[in-house]
Amino acid sequence: MKEQGVGASLPRKEDDRFLRGRGEYVADIRMAGMKDVAFLRSPLAHARVRGVHVPDAVRGQVFSAQDLKGVRPIVAVSGLAGFKPSEQPVLAHDKVRQVGELIAMCLADTRAQAEDVAAQVEADLEELPAVHDMLAARRPDSALLHEQWGDNVFLETFVDKNFEAALDAPIKVTRVISTARQSMAPLEGRGTVAFWDKRKEQLVLHTGSQMPHIVRTGLAECLGLEHGQVRIVSPDVGGGFGYKGILLPEDVCLGWLAMRCGHAVRWIEDRREHLTAGANCREHHYVITGYADRDGRLRGIDCEATVDSGAYSSYPFSACLEAAQVASILPGPYDFPSYRCRTWSVATNKCPILPYRGVARTGVCFALELVLDAIAREAGIEPHEVRMKNLVRPEQMPFDNITNKHFDSGDYPDALKRAMAAIDLDAIRARQQRPEPGGRLIGIGQAIYCEQGAHGTSVYAGWGIPMVPGHEQATARMTPDGGLELRIGAHSHGQSMETTMAQIAHEILGIDTGSIKVVHGDTEYTPYSTGTWGSRSAVMSGGAVATASRELGELAKGIGAHLLQAKREDVKLEAGFVVGPAGRVSLKEVARTWYLRPQDLPAGVDPRGLDTTIGYKPVRDSGTFSYAAHIAVVAVDPEIGDIEILDYVIVEDGGKLINPMVVDGQIYGGLAQGIGTALYEEMNFDTSGQPLASTFADYLLPGPTEVPAPRLEHMETLAPYTEFGVKGIGEGGAIAPPAAIGNAVNDALKGLGAELLHSPITPRRVLEAIANAATDPAKVGEAA
Amino acid sequence: MKPVNFDYARPSEVASAIRYLAQDGVSAKIIAGGQSLGPMLNMRLVQPDLIVDITAIEELRSVQDRSDAIVIGACVSHSDIEDRRVPDVTRGAMASVASGIAYRAVRNRGTIGGSLTHADPSADWISILAALGADVTLNGSGGSRTIAVENYMVGALEADIAQSELLVSITVPKLSASARWGYYKSCRKTGEFAHAIGAFLTDPDRGVSRAVIGATETRPFVMTDAAALIGDGRNPERVFDQDAVGRLCESLGMTDPIDRQTHVVALRRAIERAH
Repeated sequence: MKEQGVGASLPRKEDDRFLRGRGEYVADIRMAGMKDVAFLRSPLAHARVRGVHVPDAVRGQVFSAQDLKGVRPIVAVSGLAGFKPSEQPVLAHDKVRQVGELIAMCLADTRAQAEDVAAQVEADLEELPAVHDMLAARRPDSALLHEQWGDNVFLETFVDKNFEAALDAPIKVTRVISTARQSMAPLEGRGTVAFWDKRKEQLVLHTGSQMPHIVRTGLAECLGLEHGQVRIVSPDVGGGFGYKGILLPEDVCLGWLAMRCGHAVRWIEDRREHLTAGANCREHHYVITGYADRDGRLRGIDCEATVDSGAYSSYPFSACLEAAQVASILPGPYDFPSYRCRTWSVATNKCPILPYRGVARTGVCFALELVLDAIAREAGIEPHEVRMKNLVRPEQMPFDNITNKHFDSGDYPDALKRAMAAIDLDAIRARQQRPEPGGRLIGIGQAIYCEQGAHGTSVYAGWGIPMVPGHEQATARMTPDGGLELRIGAHSHGQSMETTMAQIAHEILGIDTGSIKVVHGDTEYTPYSTGTWGSRSAVMSGGAVATASRELGELAKGIGAHLLQAKREDVKLEAGFVVGPAGRVSLKEVARTWYLRPQDLPAGVDPRGLDTTIGYKPVRDSGTFSYAAHIAVVAVDPEIGDIEILDYVIVEDGGKLINPMVVDGQIYGGLAQGIGTALYEEMNFDTSGQPLASTFADYLLPGPTEVPAPRLEHMETLAPYTEFGVKGIGEGGAIAPPAAIGNAVNDALKGLGAELLHSPITPRRVLEAIANAATDPAKVGEAA
Repeated sequence: MKPVNFDYARPSEVASAIRYLAQDGVSAKIIAGGQSLGPMLNMRLVQPDLIVDITAIEELRSVQDRSDAIVIGACVSHSDIEDRRVPDVTRGAMASVASGIAYRAVRNRGTIGGSLTHADPSADWISILAALGADVTLNGSGGSRTIAVENYMVGALEADIAQSELLVSITVPKLSASARWGYYKSCRKTGEFAHAIGAFLTDPDRGVSRAVIGATETRPFVMTDAAALIGDGRNPERVFDQDAVGRLCESLGMTDPIDRQTHVVALRRAIERAH
């Protein structure tokens, strides 16, 4: 039965439903009497709200801030010193601070009619100067979003570790590097269906959420309800990537309305709302200097990092998680002695910045890895040699790095070695010497990172945001027919947990995975959890399921021993049976006895039965550190700026893989998103704060023809602190591609003296870099 | 993103469609494949009183093979051309270009007439059909008229069509056996709108040499006598003067140097592909 357990590439239990179109997402929910909501949104990035005029014809269908009396704004503080909190109004009053901010909620029988209503409502706005550039926003003469702050900075952080010692390094390379603002763009956008359950006196809110329990807490706070009065149901989720970890003002509005209107209400985010008003992420700016010896050994890194946090601190991750993480993870998988980093989380008139797969790591990896290649060019040595000189070595593990991150295990140099072995570097270097058809230029680029996942209490208590993960709980409960129910508070938005959690329970209890049902995505039925984020579910919910399954096994053994007339200490659990010295009894029989034939049990039987809820924490909660080396080989067309990815290699170490096929899928998906960051995706704003991409014609996502089939290799260095040695890998695929591809492009263009330092690397940026290098070689590397 | 309320008509004859379009005080929009109009309706960029669906008009789906040209009904889809259900008289040019329009799902529904009338500068038909020397025929309450494709498009999203007119067919001349064509489109990903298009046709037997610089801010620039670009055609890459074409682009208002470079290279590559 081993082929169903931990390590088996078991086909996904979810696929039958998904592939036949039988999944149920929020937009599939139909309720009697349900009406649709459309929002009147701000057309301006920054304005004073003088009034909202509702024509008589639609009065009663329109709700503005003055109707929502008593509803509290969304507030997500951080405990980091100096953090300035913002109040995100549920419906705007006083001011609007981003295009798309909610001004009025409009209700009608259909969405089209609700949009008709919204078109009749008029917001009287007095335009204010928009803050559209995070660097300009830091200046004292900038317009202010939150006047009471006195500036536009949510948070400034500073760390200095022995930085002075690096200053005499012979190589000093400074680059200005930046990543564009992006949109997460899951297939399914946000959506909410809400109603008031009169019998239970409970607000029931269906919303595709990665973290239903956290949404419940946030929603209860805003609406002044007790937790018991709020139930969050998250059905099938068509991708989340961080966007569905956020409490949106729309959720609060719908909840308020459902409590008053006597019928179910629905809002389904459309793609324009998604792109322009809701889902924003990733915009970083770095001024970064690498100090190194002539042999490529890193002496230190100095960085000023600015993150465009948008207008408000979003719940629960706050406006500064991104920038504050930059400071702590910028050193990457490397060991060097000196470090200085200053960060700013800056408020601008854009959507709040939200965590997106990889969170700060994608930008950090891009900045650091591009600088390492620049150091290699300066030193005249191969980039992989620079990395080899500086990667944390396996004999140093576990390793506390310069920012006190505790790297748990692994062999970083071996990952890079294996990836290099998969690519014939000499052949590529030889090919670069020969002309290519069409004048294309070949380049090779590497990137390596380590990814902290499953951050525990000790990590998040330090951030001080509204959510701190503690013990992760799971319920394991046998059914009378011998099946197993697993209840977890995390929720799958593509992670395949219905399969992988069943595999873990099977590994311990031997119950066929076909008879194991994973219940998740409903606060009514699952234990509390912070949910699915930060590459944590396999480690945390997986660990909890393992712990609960073991506990359940002990309970089953007690009953089994009685049925076998054996001593408890003489029985063991084996392949779905309780096995004693003289016979065995199936778990099915054990369950049947407990539930249906209690008369067969002794008076002193353990009253806990076959049902247990228990919490789990890894032995050490500082997080797991998976890692990967990525290598890209590209061809750049220097006349037109096109980039083709010719080859892509990933060597990844996720510790023990519960289901290698699922992990492969995670990496493929992450790679696609990483390629989007590297080459395509960009949410631009003009100087008045207007978003310039409102459809997928303007916001480019990679499609199947843009994503190559990577060559994928796994290492399995067991994590020392987790069940089975599992490490979180969910985000990794999206972290390294911009850096690997960027380095490959720069390798291809090095003969022209051109260097690309801004993602996405568009044809225009390639051509501009080449043109700049031709006209003014001294300026290379300075253009942002 | 839902359209405003509108009326809908699906006539089966051209004359009937024109009567719908000619109604006073009714803002009407023609829908064929709906691949551009659909999103524009949803985003309320257009808010018509009436949608006239012309896909039931048999005449607009027909193809006539004449001695010197082929006449393609306006509602023939891109995939009809891609799959060569429409006889090829262009030595594969139209089928090849059709196969590169957007995605297959779009090609299955989108029509050649719809694309021309929508007049998006970055679309393919407006450029390749101009290079091939095609004409369009419009019917209206005042009768019928035929004009060159390059004159049909007036500017970005603007065609030379009156409210009561309907584009009925596209006439594509038959190329001679010695004709050569080349087409190059620069776009960032499969199916995306083009940022530069070069199209080129040389048909010495018919005395035709045409070149098109497309996907500009406005209608494509058409050189009806492009012989000077390639000399006698034997070594076009030596004769093709990038700087001269660049200056030409600049004189047409293309002030951005990167934009100019991309268009010049696209045309040069189109010419290279023709040889």
